[in-house]
Amino acid sequence: MKRVALYAAALGFVVFAGFPFYWMLVTSFKQNRDLYVGASDMSHIPWIFNDPPTLEHVKLLLGQTDFPRWVLNTLVVVVAVVVITVAVAVPAGYSLARLVGRWGERMGMGIFFTYLIPPTLLFVPFSRLISLLGLQDSLGALILIYPTMTIPFCTWLVMGFLRSVPWEIEEQAMIDGYSRLAVILKVAPRLIVPGILTVVVFSFTLVLQEFVYALTFISSVNKMTVSLGVPIALVRGDVYHWGSLMAAALFTSIPLAIIYNAFIDRFIQGFTMGAVKG
Amino acid sequence: MAGIEIRSLRKHFGDLHAVDGVDLSIRDGEFLVLLGSSGSGKTTLLRMIAGLERPTSGEIHIGDQRVDGDVPPRARGIAMVFQSYALYPHRTVFQNIAFPLEASRTPRKQIEEKVRWAAELFSISRYLDRYPRQLSGGERQRVALCRALVRDPKVFLLDEPLANLDAKLRNTARDDLKRFQRQIQTTTVYVTHDQVEAMGLGDRIVVMERGKVRQIGTPQEVYEDPVDTFVATFVGQPPMNLLDAGDPSLPPRTLTGFRPEHFLPKSVFGSGEDLRTFRFAVRRVEYLGSDRYVYGSVAGSGAPDATIIAKLPATITLGIPEGETQEFAVPRRALRYFDAETGLRRKG
Amino acid sequence: MTLPFRRTLADREDVLGGAMLAPALAYVILLVGVPFAFAIALGFSNATAGSLSFGWAGLHNYRAILSDPIFLRALRNSVVVTIGSQVLVVVLATAAAQVFRATFRGKRFARFVLLLPWAVPVSLAAIAWTWIFDSTFSVINWTLKAAGLLHGWLYWLGDPALALLAIIIVQAWRIFPFATVIVLAGLSSIPQEIVEAAIVDGAGFWRRLFRVELPLLLPVVAVAVLFGVVYTATDLGVVYILTGGGPANTTHVLPTLAFQRGILGADLGQGAAIAVFLLPFLIVVAIGMLRLAHRTEVGGAQ
Repeated sequence: MKRVALYAAALGFVVFAGFPFYWMLVTSFKQNRDLYVGASDMSHIPWIFNDPPTLEHVKLLLGQTDFPRWVLNTLVVVVAVVVITVAVAVPAGYSLARLVGRWGERMGMGIFFTYLIPPTLLFVPFSRLISLLGLQDSLGALILIYPTMTIPFCTWLVMGFLRSVPWEIEEQAMIDGYSRLAVILKVAPRLIVPGILTVVVFSFTLVLQEFVYALTFISSVNKMTVSLGVPIALVRGDVYHWGSLMAAALFTSIPLAIIYNAFIDRFIQGFTMGAVKG
Repeated sequence: MAGIEIRSLRKHFGDLHAVDGVDLSIRDGEFLVLLGSSGSGKTTLLRMIAGLERPTSGEIHIGDQRVDGDVPPRARGIAMVFQSYALYPHRTVFQNIAFPLEASRTPRKQIEEKVRWAAELFSISRYLDRYPRQLSGGERQRVALCRALVRDPKVFLLDEPLANLDAKLRNTARDDLKRFQRQIQTTTVYVTHDQVEAMGLGDRIVVMERGKVRQIGTPQEVYEDPVDTFVATFVGQPPMNLLDAGDPSLPPRTLTGFRPEHFLPKSVFGSGEDLRTFRFAVRRVEYLGSDRYVYGSVAGSGAPDATIIAKLPATITLGIPEGETQEFAVPRRALRYFDAETGLRRKG
Repeated sequence: MTLPFRRTLADREDVLGGAMLAPALAYVILLVGVPFAFAIALGFSNATAGSLSFGWAGLHNYRAILSDPIFLRALRNSVVVTIGSQVLVVVLATAAAQVFRATFRGKRFARFVLLLPWAVPVSLAAIAWTWIFDSTFSVINWTLKAAGLLHGWLYWLGDPALALLAIIIVQAWRIFPFATVIVLAGLSSIPQEIVEAAIVDGAGFWRRLFRVELPLLLPVVAVAVLFGVVYTATDLGVVYILTGGGPANTTHVLPTLAFQRGILGADLGQGAAIAVFLLPFLIVVAIGMLRLAHRTEVGGAQ
């Protein structure tokens, strides 16, 4: 009896969480005449394929829209933002955890708080800044601004990660003949690899998800990223190509979901800070 | 090779005085043990000698070089073994031992020779191609010692290197360590909270408490002639008995101390012995194989309820019934006197 | 024998530490701190996107928006959506955490599905929900009718009240998986002995839940809610895509209205002034975080 209740509850959550994705899947491969039947027609069951599935919408998406271009744009921004974030946040996290001593904790907290300042508060001044820099409607704007979201959280992540790695190996290396700098350059990187990987994944997922800044800075269709182009530019006037739209959403969601699944625990450590242990 | 001079050394972490004015003179080739409980400042002192911690004030000299402040760890001519052994996880045993040599740009051939020589000395030649995670605790400890050895350091610093070994292994490891140090004759500073290790290894022991040195002396001096009640009760298991015996021949406020193994039934002493006799109310007897511990209290002392312990070797087979009062005695030469106010030793 | 060795720059922790921290500090100060101050300042200006002039307008923008029924409606919507969705999130997350701490067949798959809403980009999730709530083709309507629960017709995104409900549902859907994982992390950190002691003491499931586990979970649930508040109150994507603030500007929240006025309408001053009303949400969150951090420090010192 208890087991039945457990499975029922689990099923309930799975249906609630997964339903939109099921709906993306079904919509992506349905023929139009199966798709566009009013919901008031009770004889037509929308949950299933009433006609054989079709690749029509996928072909349209890949062949006749800017979707491939958006994927490319997104990758360019991802690579640049990941590089900037790793280059800036990893040394900063190391410094806070190992070098700057008692101020590290407070400064780390301060940097983390800036993560809480949301894009929706900053997009207005940023729009001014971006036009001053002549970066409006370019991927450069996104590459410049996205690190403001990734750096604070990733610095915090790296700092927290290093706290769990014992110092002794680095101290041993200093006794064994390395300077502090040589330890940082030659010994520490091997020890922080998992932390760096988390930073890469976090930056990657954040860039793929971001919508507000992209909406603010980018206006040309061929400069858009996936998360902006799909909901904004795939809609032609008032005509929604729901099949292609859902296919695009589906293709973007799947890889992200797989990555998230693998890294969820590391992110959560960053979010819960000490609250879990306290 | 070199001795170490430490002068009025202090380390403050905010309000916490981890090391609070330590003067210490470590002789060339000596095996010195820093003994104290956690928070006594012993590890902080060691880390300052290593250069991992900057002193708040004071001086450290290794050989004829003043090192406090500006000399980084690598330039101090020291080797250190951490409690966790701090082996580089992604390097083989060979690469671990070779690390300090590589860092000092020793020629390859020489590295090879030196690593093999050291590995031979600690009989770990078989493991040279393994990674640390494939080794047992005892093997890891020996790798760490090897790595320390190949640097030809002026000073060895060891931070509880046996603490992570199981009790059985610890005895042999202690013996190996002592023999090894005798052989190479390098000045060694060893931190531990385990008094058995301290007594067994140290040429001299430094007893530390709350950042201060309480006593420096050979194991025998520290055990037999503790300078105060702290050392008297910290060293020795079970600790020294202390009681306010109310002896009119002594100045007022004097504590009388004696070791449990000197506190025996009066009948076992020879007639020529100059004894101090107590009426010992036996509460409980604990049989431990090689010894018997007898718990009870002494009538007529200042604190009649204080627990006094007698440690009877197995050679004394005399029956000690629980709940009865017996005549116990301590040879007068084994009595130590302390000031009840300051805790300091009083000659008597 | 004195080694000719002296500490070099490569040994100085303060210098190295400062150098390694500097780029991050510069980024944060120049591109978050300064714009943040600028955002506040813009609220008192008459700046527009077209010109570079920046004139002092005093409280003009604030007076204008505070007498604007659309703004007041958006402010109310923001509060309603944030509170409504977070209440749902807390209930769903604590319940889901109880389910997902148990072991059952297919748990890995179930966990994967549970995480989907958080992993998917907000804008893509919102567009999928727009399709689900479509006025003609809504699968929800069909299902409700098929189950005999609905007789008329629900114009989900066409009716102000229903649209607001839809927004709350989507926000809760998007955030509860994240909250669930945080609560699960908290559950796993409760020492097993405490739970076992409660069992030995004869506490049943509910008593254990309400008297032992939930109180211990409180700080963790608080973290989930604090992040949830930030994510919901400051989110622009869901409302922008789902309703665009419509019908007739009735479902605007602060971020969408700020975007409409500040970016689309090019009135930077007013856009900034509207966004400033997000600050109370953030201050509540920041104070909550600090108190939690402080609590942890105090707890750790014992």
